[in-house]
Amino acid sequence: MRIRWRKALSHLVVLLCGAAVLVALVPLALILFYVVTQGLTSLNLDFFTHMPTPVGETGGGMANSIVGSLMVISIGAIFALPIGIISGVYASEYKGTRFASVTRFAADTLNGVPSIVIGVFVYGVAVLPFRQFSAVAGGVALGIMMIPLIMRTTEELLLLVPLSLKEGALALGATRARAVFTVVLPAALPGIVTGVLLSLARIAGETAPLLFTAFNNRYFSTSLTQPVSTLTVQVYTYSIAPYQDWHRQAWAGALVLVMMVLTCSLLARIATARLERLHRGG
Amino acid sequence: MPRRLIAARPDEVAFRIGTGVFALLLIAIVLGIGIELTRESMLSIKEFGLSFWFNDKWDPVLGEFGAKAFIWGTLYSSILALAISTPIALGIAIFISELAPAWARRPLVFVTELLAAIPSIVYGLWGIFVLVPFVRSLELATPAWMKAIPLFSGPPLGVGMLSAALVLSIMIIPFTSSVAREVLRAVPQAQREGAYALGATRWEAIRMALFYARTGIVGAVMLGFGRALGETMAVTMVIGNNPQISWSLYAPQYSMAAVLANEFAEAANDLYLHALVEIGLVLFIITLVINVLSRILIWSMGRQPKPRPVRTVAIAAAERA
Repeated sequence: MRIRWRKALSHLVVLLCGAAVLVALVPLALILFYVVTQGLTSLNLDFFTHMPTPVGETGGGMANSIVGSLMVISIGAIFALPIGIISGVYASEYKGTRFASVTRFAADTLNGVPSIVIGVFVYGVAVLPFRQFSAVAGGVALGIMMIPLIMRTTEELLLLVPLSLKEGALALGATRARAVFTVVLPAALPGIVTGVLLSLARIAGETAPLLFTAFNNRYFSTSLTQPVSTLTVQVYTYSIAPYQDWHRQAWAGALVLVMMVLTCSLLARIATARLERLHRGG
Repeated sequence: MPRRLIAARPDEVAFRIGTGVFALLLIAIVLGIGIELTRESMLSIKEFGLSFWFNDKWDPVLGEFGAKAFIWGTLYSSILALAISTPIALGIAIFISELAPAWARRPLVFVTELLAAIPSIVYGLWGIFVLVPFVRSLELATPAWMKAIPLFSGPPLGVGMLSAALVLSIMIIPFTSSVAREVLRAVPQAQREGAYALGATRWEAIRMALFYARTGIVGAVMLGFGRALGETMAVTMVIGNNPQISWSLYAPQYSMAAVLANEFAEAANDLYLHALVEIGLVLFIITLVINVLSRILIWSMGRQPKPRPVRTVAIAAAERA
């Protein structure tokens, strides 16, 4: 009758694995439930159009933080895109070389560096020398976090482009630069866009690297060299403060953040959907 | 050597150098982090030397800095989180790669990876207002005989090691499970078929696959560990921020990342700042070692990518990153 016992054990394990999925879904559902219910009841037009009110006064919004977040994220993207994409081009074009392996290793290493450590680093190179927290410093910190992701997706997707495309361009007399930037890179573009959007989704919710780079600002600021408020840091400040109305706004901010992140990752999936259909059909 | 010939063309050289500069920049950033963190923590390294790591007193007012309590908090919370999340993450990976019907796989992957998409600050906010009160009610309900055990001693504050470990474990589940899933995918189908042919039950066949994939699975768990060590916001918001060394799950404690988040912008003098940067330096080194080890383990699985749709490659590359 050992077989019966073995079968029972097998069923038990299958059951436990299914249970593991459910166990993970419970916190996910709870988090989304609270963010949506608490966020929706707190979210209003004021949140997007008004400035924070002084302590003790209710109402107001996070207009300055929303603008600040967009600013810092854009600076990050501007900083990260060329480095990420072109180093990805290098790694795929010269994939057998030692320098390409070192680059790949550096990207993977950078990826594992905790975001707070990147904040400390940027504080040292972009805040301390100028004695000034700034939007640029915050952007650079986020940009550093984006680079490895963009680099790795660019590299992997360039390698997927059929070699014959590049060879065709070269045979027609194009230089390598021309072949790569006008033929190979455009062919891989949707995939690279996916990578960029996913990296945006990842940094849009980052708080730790902004705490002492972009810092915070009670006022509306679009200056690149001044400290700037961001949604994430503002949600943090509000959530650990002892005021009911600030907690309400923190939930509203969390909802906006989750929406931003989900939109980015949804767009990322759409960006390659067409290409994937082509590949499947072809 | 035709390659040499091509490389000699001036436009070819220009292309290689032009793109190489950007690759060099990427490498320079990583080296720069190590150098800058060392440079900015020199004062503290010189002043305290190794005793920095074995002193549990952290008193910025008196200028006495020891990091032992923070290291303890980081390691303790991460190990607890690993203990909770590993069985769940592996269960999910097994369920998705071995058990679930084909149509259910994609939605399941999507849903579990939603966990990774939620920002850390949102976990923290949820932690403060939902999880901590729940944990406090658990702690209040602790029977007296349990409170006698050091693990459950102390006042029921809600904030503390238990809340931190719970939040962390939820946060690292998607990382461990997605890598474990990839690793299980790399197990040749023949392994499972062989097991079934010999009369194995489902679980016995899965066990074969797990055994085959063991190095990669250890790598996946370590990758989750690396994430847990560096996690900042959610932990800062629920761990209690009290530099003490205690086995108690109920005790408010502190972590390396949390002390950076809380005190860095307020560091009043150079020694204080350098002591904080030194904590960052060590966090950098620890996570570096863990990540490199886990990647070596995962690579050693010899993941030979099968032809896959572009979208999967793009998303997988991004997620691995």
